[in-house]
Amino acid sequence: MCFYVFISMIDPNRKKIRARQEFLIKVLLLFCGMVSVLTTLGIVGVLVFETITFFTRVPIFDFLTDTQWTPLFTNKHFGILPLFTATLLTSVIAMLVAIPLGLLIAIFLSEYVSSDVRRVLKPILEILAGVPTIVYGYFALLFVTPILQKFIPGMNGFNSLSPGIVMGIMILPLISSLSEDAMYAVPQSLRDAAFALGSSRLQVAFKVVVPAAFSGITASFILAVSRAVGETMLMAIAAGQMPNLTLNPLVPIETMTTYIVQVSLGDTPYGTLEYQTIFAVGTVLFLSTLVLNIIGGKLRAHYREMYV
Amino acid sequence: MDKTQNIKKIVLPGIETMNKITTNPEHFVLSVQDLSAWYGTAQVLKNISFNIQRHQVTAIIGPSGCGKSTLIRCFNRMNDFMPVFRTTGSILLEGQDLYSSNIDPVEVRLKIGMVFQKQNPFPKSIYENVVYGPRVLGIKNKKKLDQVVEDSLKRAALWDEVNHKLKSNALSLSGGQQQRLCIARALANEPEVLLLDEPCSALDPIATAKIEELIQELKRNYTIVIVTHNMQQAARVSDYTAYLLLGSLIEFGETKAVFTTPSRKETEDYITGRFG
Amino acid sequence: MNSAVAGDISILIEKQKLGERIFKIAATLAVLISLGTLTALVVDAFIDGFPRLNWKFLTSFPSRKPQEAGILAALFGSFYVIILTALSAVPIGLGAAIYLEEYAKKNRFSRFIELNVSNLAGVPSIIYGLLGLDLFVRLMGLGRSLLAGALTLALLVLPIIIISAREAIRTVPLSIREAAYALGATRWQMIKDHVVPLSLPGVLTGVILSVSRAIGETAPLITMGALTYVAFIPNGPLSPFTVLPIQIFNWVSRPQKGFHACAAAGIVVLLVVTLFLNALAIFLRNHYQRKISARSL
Repeated sequence: MCFYVFISMIDPNRKKIRARQEFLIKVLLLFCGMVSVLTTLGIVGVLVFETITFFTRVPIFDFLTDTQWTPLFTNKHFGILPLFTATLLTSVIAMLVAIPLGLLIAIFLSEYVSSDVRRVLKPILEILAGVPTIVYGYFALLFVTPILQKFIPGMNGFNSLSPGIVMGIMILPLISSLSEDAMYAVPQSLRDAAFALGSSRLQVAFKVVVPAAFSGITASFILAVSRAVGETMLMAIAAGQMPNLTLNPLVPIETMTTYIVQVSLGDTPYGTLEYQTIFAVGTVLFLSTLVLNIIGGKLRAHYREMYV
Repeated sequence: MDKTQNIKKIVLPGIETMNKITTNPEHFVLSVQDLSAWYGTAQVLKNISFNIQRHQVTAIIGPSGCGKSTLIRCFNRMNDFMPVFRTTGSILLEGQDLYSSNIDPVEVRLKIGMVFQKQNPFPKSIYENVVYGPRVLGIKNKKKLDQVVEDSLKRAALWDEVNHKLKSNALSLSGGQQQRLCIARALANEPEVLLLDEPCSALDPIATAKIEELIQELKRNYTIVIVTHNMQQAARVSDYTAYLLLGSLIEFGETKAVFTTPSRKETEDYITGRFG
Repeated sequence: MNSAVAGDISILIEKQKLGERIFKIAATLAVLISLGTLTALVVDAFIDGFPRLNWKFLTSFPSRKPQEAGILAALFGSFYVIILTALSAVPIGLGAAIYLEEYAKKNRFSRFIELNVSNLAGVPSIIYGLLGLDLFVRLMGLGRSLLAGALTLALLVLPIIIISAREAIRTVPLSIREAAYALGATRWQMIKDHVVPLSLPGVLTGVILSVSRAIGETAPLITMGALTYVAFIPNGPLSPFTVLPIQIFNWVSRPQKGFHACAAAGIVVLLVVTLFLNALAIFLRNHYQRKISARSL
């Protein structure tokens, strides 16, 4: 108390200066926190502005229903469907690979192996998600596609099957890691109960652990789909650049992301219709992943609430 | 003959009734013979031998860390999941060693049910909880499963409280109801022995009283082994009591005898509250 | 009921055992497929790129002739972009994390910022490219420059830095905060003297991971307009540039086999850098975690 009085007598402004300094720092840090909000506003603002301008030149009805996408030709069509189905097709192929493999690995890591093995295996698998996607593109185009062509004679050099499979492996750690986290959070007492009733490990895993971790597992699927939908370089390199309304996995296609890359590689001055098309496509892409991320985030929060 | 001598040597004689019990194999279901257990290098059970009587309640008591839970989990091989755990000696279920190499742990657990310290219903409906075991056994017939649910819930004295809401989530029940549901779930497998590992430790006194009442009901059809840290509970519900200390069986006999005229100083100290 | 199926118990157990065996085989196969792909990826790039991997490749500009092409401009471009990205993203990310953990009250506003950060982490990278194109390149007039590229990537990795920094800050024990307060420290003094130094290893892990992510990013930089053919070393933050993955993309897209070898060689360089950074981050994380758990004992 004495000491405190001493200080304030010597320097009556000290408290004030200190308070002001603390306040300034707080404002500065708040600004840092706001940068992320500003980024979101920026993304939404840019997309909305350019997309609205685009729709003053191209009717939104045509954009959603036309089955051709040819903005770079003289006979222009602006139907998003071919790009959208292409994205859908590659994502479905990827999930067909990633879900079974990812789930198998997650159950294996969570219910079968020792914690030592899990500690080693999990980061190694996560390396798969850390490899730059351009490397996967090279791998799909020049390694996987030639192998597949040996088994499927009519297959084109650019197709959705090969990059789809490779993307499945790429997003696999997302599913295996997040699902394993969710399964690991299931209380041991439930496993004990099931074992005490004569279940085998496999029955415990599928009848007790997987249902209890269901929301977390679903969240991992959805977040993986979101990642697949937004994947760019792998598709730009190995899937082709030909807008094609098809579900045939053996022919070239063009995903939404690839189209943006394709236009960006050329010289597209600001204000032209081509410039605006990439923002319109970007908006569709952004909305798709946003919906998926929100659902995925909700499900994840749900399982955390339940058991953690 | 050899075995009886062994038991005499280890348990230390003193109670006349005990020799009667141990020598007549007709009366007991489970027979623990020279059982020792280790976690890694730490020995947690030391040469334990005693018999568990058919259709009687046997309580295992002792201070925390004495190996009660380890011992009861040996009876249905729930310790198998720990890689560093190993046992010597044997546990005979109607003459067959539970730890012999040709016995699968699953088979053991189908015959010996278990209820845990903290109630652990699956996050599913009441109905689904009870039929879990029969489903594992491969029973699919709806009528049969309905019957199993009714029988098991009745035997667990829960039927009247839940028969109108079998499809609602088990987690919506009170703690005591959840624990009785766990008992019903174990009974649905028609086990011969029911293991209760401190089944009331997470319950309030009223719910505890209900479970204790239920135990008295159940012993008409099942052999019950209960671990408890609550000596009054052991005195109230059990017919036989085993007292464990630091992994050794200090005393085993009729509950009345153990509580009124303990033969060992350690038991007396524990029971009268001077230790533990 | 049991008696009705008693005879079937052995069959049941046999069935269970068969199921176990099948599952174990399937799961092991799944692990092998994943690890096999990772191995094939690395080995394939190495075999294809090995003939081109030499000092000349690292010190030459791109060329029309595959055997003379190199990655000098791309290496410098990547290096500068990463430095600028880290310089802008790390202080802001750390600041945001400190604000959220130490200052923000747990109200709707801070929940909103949190939600916003986690949603940003899920936005496809190419969308950041569109933002960079419209905001930095055009509106702010930075052109297709190093700085515009770095700012784009900085926004992209910001959520990674914020999330990992928050986790690190959360591990600083309450007792240390209380000790600092009890000695008369203000909030900021407590943060700067204790929270920041103690959470540094965790923050560093996040920074390394985001740098590794930024090095491999291609799509946002192509979208914001980085050049694909650059035969000079960038001479300032406003200079046009290219980066290693874009150079690789350029070579992969060409039909000639010779350029594919260049791409593979470039991939080996890229993989060495990113895998090294990832390994470093994992090592740091494990090392740090062990220290924390030792402390809690």
